[in-house]
Amino acid sequence: MIFLWTDTLIFLLLLVLIGIACALRGKEPIQRPLNKITNSRVGMVSLVVLLFYVFVGLLDSIHFKSNHDNNEIISLLDYCVTPLRDHNEKTYSAPFAATLYSKEMVAKEGVMQWDFPRLAYGGKHLTDPESEKTGDIFQKSMIGFLIGFAVFITLTSLFSAGYYLLVKKVPKFNALYPVLISFFCIVTVSSLLGYLSLYYHVFGTDKVGEDVFYQAIKSIRTGLVIGTLTTLVMLPLAILFGILAGFFRGWVDDLIQYIYTTLNSIPGVLLIAASVLMVQVYMANHEAEFTSVIVRADMRLLFLCLILGVTSWTGLCRLLRAETLKLREMEYVQAARALGVKQHAILLQHILPNVMHIVLISVVLDFSSLVLAEAVLSYINIGVDPTTFSWGNMINGARLEMAREPIVWWSLSAAFIFMFVLVLAANLFADVVQDAFDPRSAVNE
Amino acid sequence: MTKSLLQVEKLSVVFNTHHKVVDDISFDVYPGETFALVGESGSGKSITALSVLRLLPNNATIQASSITLTGENLLKKTELEMCRIRGRRIALIFQDPMSSLNPVMTIGDQVAEAIHQHFPLSKSDTQQRVLELLQQVELPEPDKRIKDYPHQLSGGQRQRVMIAIALAGKPDLLIADEPTTSLDVTIQAQILSLLKNIQKETGMGLWLISHDLALVSTIADRVAVMQKGIIVETGNSGDLFSRPQHPYTQKLLSALPSIQSCLNHIAEQKLPLLEVDDFHCYYPIRKGLFKRIAGYVRAVDGVSFTIQKGKTLALVGESGCGKTTLGKSLLNLIPGGAGTVKIDGIDLHALSGESLRKQRANMQIIFQDPFSSMNPRMLVGDIVAEGIKALFPEIGEEQRKDRVSLLLEQVGLPGDSALRYPHEFSGGQRQRICIARALAVRPKLIVCDEPTSALDVSVQAQIIALLKTLQREQGISYLFITHDLAVVAEIADEIAVMYQGKIIEQGKVEKILFESEHEYTKKLIAALPKLENNSK
Repeated sequence: MIFLWTDTLIFLLLLVLIGIACALRGKEPIQRPLNKITNSRVGMVSLVVLLFYVFVGLLDSIHFKSNHDNNEIISLLDYCVTPLRDHNEKTYSAPFAATLYSKEMVAKEGVMQWDFPRLAYGGKHLTDPESEKTGDIFQKSMIGFLIGFAVFITLTSLFSAGYYLLVKKVPKFNALYPVLISFFCIVTVSSLLGYLSLYYHVFGTDKVGEDVFYQAIKSIRTGLVIGTLTTLVMLPLAILFGILAGFFRGWVDDLIQYIYTTLNSIPGVLLIAASVLMVQVYMANHEAEFTSVIVRADMRLLFLCLILGVTSWTGLCRLLRAETLKLREMEYVQAARALGVKQHAILLQHILPNVMHIVLISVVLDFSSLVLAEAVLSYINIGVDPTTFSWGNMINGARLEMAREPIVWWSLSAAFIFMFVLVLAANLFADVVQDAFDPRSAVNE
Repeated sequence: MTKSLLQVEKLSVVFNTHHKVVDDISFDVYPGETFALVGESGSGKSITALSVLRLLPNNATIQASSITLTGENLLKKTELEMCRIRGRRIALIFQDPMSSLNPVMTIGDQVAEAIHQHFPLSKSDTQQRVLELLQQVELPEPDKRIKDYPHQLSGGQRQRVMIAIALAGKPDLLIADEPTTSLDVTIQAQILSLLKNIQKETGMGLWLISHDLALVSTIADRVAVMQKGIIVETGNSGDLFSRPQHPYTQKLLSALPSIQSCLNHIAEQKLPLLEVDDFHCYYPIRKGLFKRIAGYVRAVDGVSFTIQKGKTLALVGESGCGKTTLGKSLLNLIPGGAGTVKIDGIDLHALSGESLRKQRANMQIIFQDPFSSMNPRMLVGDIVAEGIKALFPEIGEEQRKDRVSLLLEQVGLPGDSALRYPHEFSGGQRQRICIARALAVRPKLIVCDEPTSALDVSVQAQIIALLKTLQREQGISYLFITHDLAVVAEIADEIAVMYQGKIIEQGKVEKILFESEHEYTKKLIAALPKLENNSK
């Protein structure tokens, strides 16, 4: 086992979340919002989708040295999808293609001809791709579907049996069918795609012949890391400074405003470029500590998260300061003062819970914009390491081929689909969570 | 009998297909008369007015046999035709003059805009008409005021502008939805007489919607009493108030605080609890780059009074006189207070930090708005327990829970209230929670900052009764801040009248109310709307 820096942080975060969940278990006030979330169909479906992304991301966060592949560091996910990783072609090929995307000189029956060469892996088992392909794809999809179906049945029956043995009652669960259906979709679609990719490149291949589907899956971890770690850096700064500035006014306010206006007036790209270059120089000077490519890429990713976090807290801080300014004049805060409640208790009890809706909304919006920001930064070469798989790098690579005729569309589409599903699920889930935790929305129940 | 101006027959309004807000009501408004629709909040008065104008939200449906305006059925009109009726034939004045005017347009432009909606006049003619209207609503110096923005006007002046806008279309019927609720008593009297005068001049119908029975009795010709969407009684103003038929009307009338009620007070001397001497609260006005102090707003300017143990001092005054500032700065909740505030011999303003916090238990406060005075994200139990946790940390969790449920019981709330959120309660119940929160730390004095002015009459009577019971049982003193002299008569032992930051008159309640010497106090008492037929 090898723990990269981001791996450690991700698992720490996971532990903290589990800890919080355990601490809150069985607490009366938390029960109602939780029931509301579990009863919301949209919320539960998006949760299932999110959990699947997190699952893939976590699989991709367990790294070890592989015995073959000349001692390279690979993740558990890499190990699971080894065929995908190994099936490298020469250059571009379209989804489900059996030939390359451009013509080359190929030897046919001893004669050199200008034609589409066959792929090394995609559709290799076919003798005549033209006539056999459609039927073969259909047949393979059915097999994939059936495998998925079997996996689904096993998993759900195991789960429900376990649940029944532990709890000994049938749960009352409003969103049961939507959850089952979405789980079913995820399991069958992924097993279908997985089975098909043993024989084809379902999303085609990119310029150096790498499977785009593999890239898209690997990018999930990068997206999640950038989204969550950056937020983790940003949130404490924004919340602490925003609330303190709004609540105490006076010189505290002046100081904090001074800091964030100064920070805001420096172009974020400059700061990011500077810090990424600094890390690179550092790594170049200490080569002994950063022996493998993956360790270096990981370090760069971590620093990108840090610096993105440092540059992006100001917007939320400003919002929170304004909201706190409003809240501190509310009568319940004055009543708390009259009751002799201490300052920090007022901040925690009265101010913080009442600004959480703003935090939640802006975190989710930021999450999506951070994933996008990564794409933009890759464009000017200060984003994640070029060897790291990320949707940004995929888009950046695809950008150059947009003008090509016929167009190479699959890298962009794959990145778009994966990103879209993640961001949409996160948005919908955040909506539900926000509604559930707002007691005022429960008036008409 | 003359032909009716507006005739509503069997009107029902249903929300979300099952929630009936207005239930099968019929009434007429005649030209030149003042018709008043009276009821407590949530009885469906405003919805009735909006449904006549067909301005209801989308989830509401109107079921009525007919709503006719001088013979035309409004329900059969198209939306375009309704647009020509709204403002032109029927005009509406809302309760809150603060939010009804556009803050970035001058009032002249806003009145001109309303005129343009209905009459295609040239620019100079419009200007002329704006001036006429502003004169008609008796806005002082209309030719100068025409270029003012809403924030430059007082509340009463803003309401006058709203009336001018409503009159711009020369309507046949003017609907006034609680036109004076957010105004001071003296201003309220002025606005009402203005409405009455304009009605006499133009001969339009005036449909007044109000919760204030006393006010209605002074101005209306005919009154309909509404309860839970049903009109329970209709009648001429005189008959209805002197001989109410329906039990609900009788209940409303009896709940009305009366200025006579102070005559039964028993005066007995007790030890002083709170001594306030020469108390000031100044706000600095800062100017220039270095925020140099250029002067002070004297919100409270040298106030002295004492409150005896187990007694109530009422602090009376119009909005802006500094009474709320005084209440809050006595508790050290806002900066700028200076002077001696001794409670039981301890000077609160000489303390600060931790020692002040420890003394907080002595004095508590109840606010006016029961909706913003509780954290919406806290359970009622936690809200009530907050003070105990902060000031008596030695009390264990079990004991605290017992104490909270005892307190909730004392203020008359159901036992399961502790595990509910504030928004699940009505205004009166929320005010009870606030009282329980204040009682939790066993205060000697509670500052009640207009605790009943956001509540309905019958609820107000209940809250006053609760406060009195608590005073009798626990010997708490109250500093009762209010603008409503009738409520004062119910609860207070002494009155202090405040005007522009100073106390101008102070004394026993019956002395102030009936033998006042000061001009301003007399004016306040005179402006108080009284039930006209009640004093037989």
